[in-house]
Amino acid sequence: MKREQEYKWTDFERGYVITEPGSSREYHTGDWRSQRPIFDKERCIKCGVCWIFCPDSAIRFDTEGYAETDLDYCKGCGICARECLPGAITMVDEEE
Amino acid sequence: MGKRVGMEVSIAASEAVRLANVDVIAAYPITPQTHIVEHLSEFVNNGELDAEFVPVESEHSAMSVCTGSSAVGARSFTCTSSQGMILMSEIIYCTAPMRLPVVMVLANRSLSNPISIWNDHTDVMSIRDCGWIQYFAENGQDVLDHVLISYRVGEDRDVMLPVIVNMDGFSLSHVIEPVELLDQETVDKFLPPYKPDIVLDPAHPVTMGAIVLPSCYTETKKAQDEAVKASMPIILKGWQEFGDLTGRYYHPIEEYRTEGADVLLVTMGGIGETAMWAVDQMREKGCSVGLLKMRLWRPFPFEEFRKAASKARMLVVVDRAVSYGGPGGPVASELRSALYNEPKRPLVANFIAGLASRDVAPFDFIEMVDRAEGAFKKGMEPEYEIYGVRE
Repeated sequence: MKREQEYKWTDFERGYVITEPGSSREYHTGDWRSQRPIFDKERCIKCGVCWIFCPDSAIRFDTEGYAETDLDYCKGCGICARECLPGAITMVDEEE
Repeated sequence: MGKRVGMEVSIAASEAVRLANVDVIAAYPITPQTHIVEHLSEFVNNGELDAEFVPVESEHSAMSVCTGSSAVGARSFTCTSSQGMILMSEIIYCTAPMRLPVVMVLANRSLSNPISIWNDHTDVMSIRDCGWIQYFAENGQDVLDHVLISYRVGEDRDVMLPVIVNMDGFSLSHVIEPVELLDQETVDKFLPPYKPDIVLDPAHPVTMGAIVLPSCYTETKKAQDEAVKASMPIILKGWQEFGDLTGRYYHPIEEYRTEGADVLLVTMGGIGETAMWAVDQMREKGCSVGLLKMRLWRPFPFEEFRKAASKARMLVVVDRAVSYGGPGGPVASELRSALYNEPKRPLVANFIAGLASRDVAPFDFIEMVDRAEGAFKKGMEPEYEIYGVRE
């Protein structure tokens, strides 16, 4: 697929319609993050509240059913940590 | 040929929408556009028009509905005025870059504040750069014809742009005029069904109106600008085909008694007909005066305007909106820009008149021509004057 900087004005579909479904996956919004969520498996009860609240659909479950985040898309907003019932998620600065 | 009947111009606009066999109407009543919406809802209720009528809760929703319905491939119509137009303006600016050929009749009315329900062009001038094709009607027949022409042009594969038909509130919308209704067969010949290449369809998912990053935004705007410019030949073709079917031929700039004219009045919208009277009276007295009536505002008809204006010594441009603290009325400032690089260009006098339906009578046009002559003779070249203001 063409890089965005390579598009000429004549290259778009009319009305810049995107005809390839799901292409937004290629845009890694996780680049914006300044904090990341850390998941504590000891506390996680696999309830999925973090998955419901994540505005970027960046929560997924590992093979055992524990919540984790997809750092390609997690913007580090901290909503999951705020909503987590057993307090299994903590936000840490990216520098650390 | 269809039947010539007397009818209110708003009704004529609704008849055109019925003849265009639209699929979706979403509109919210506002003075002076109300009669159009009322009449259309009657058509749908009485089974005379098989369309979805969406009685939205606001103009913002009206334009949102029309943009969405056009995106699924439905021929869509709305109409509004003034404050309603301002409320829908957020979505008006979305429809054109998304290349969705919605048609809107704008019954032109002043913008608040002070509150005014009367007619001038301050509403449409505030969305000058919305990217829609913009026509100005002069009489009832123009309105009816241009609703049909708008769908024909806007839905053309080489255009795919929304279109505004401007008609002056009250002085056009509420007057009864003789109008020739076209028969359905003629309209169907002129206006094929709307079949866009790409539509919103769950079976073939696409994204419309997505975010575009700074790396590509400039390119999308260039594409949009070129699209509006590229609509010009199709606009001309649309008028030609319509003329061949009905005998009524339209042009980007209508000329009236311009042969050898030294001075040209320039108007846009309904006051053009009054200006014709004034030109007749001045011609009778031996004054070399003609009239240019702007029918197409976007895309701006540069070539036609320069050709029509180049031979005159002076233009007297009558605007119906104020650009506060700016270079004059919007029409005059664009005409001046269009002439700037010409080796020989006429003097341009600009009067802003007819705000909130204040009468502009034939003698007012004569007065404007006289006053412009007087100013130029004294070597003055005023930017503009708000005409008829009490001092």
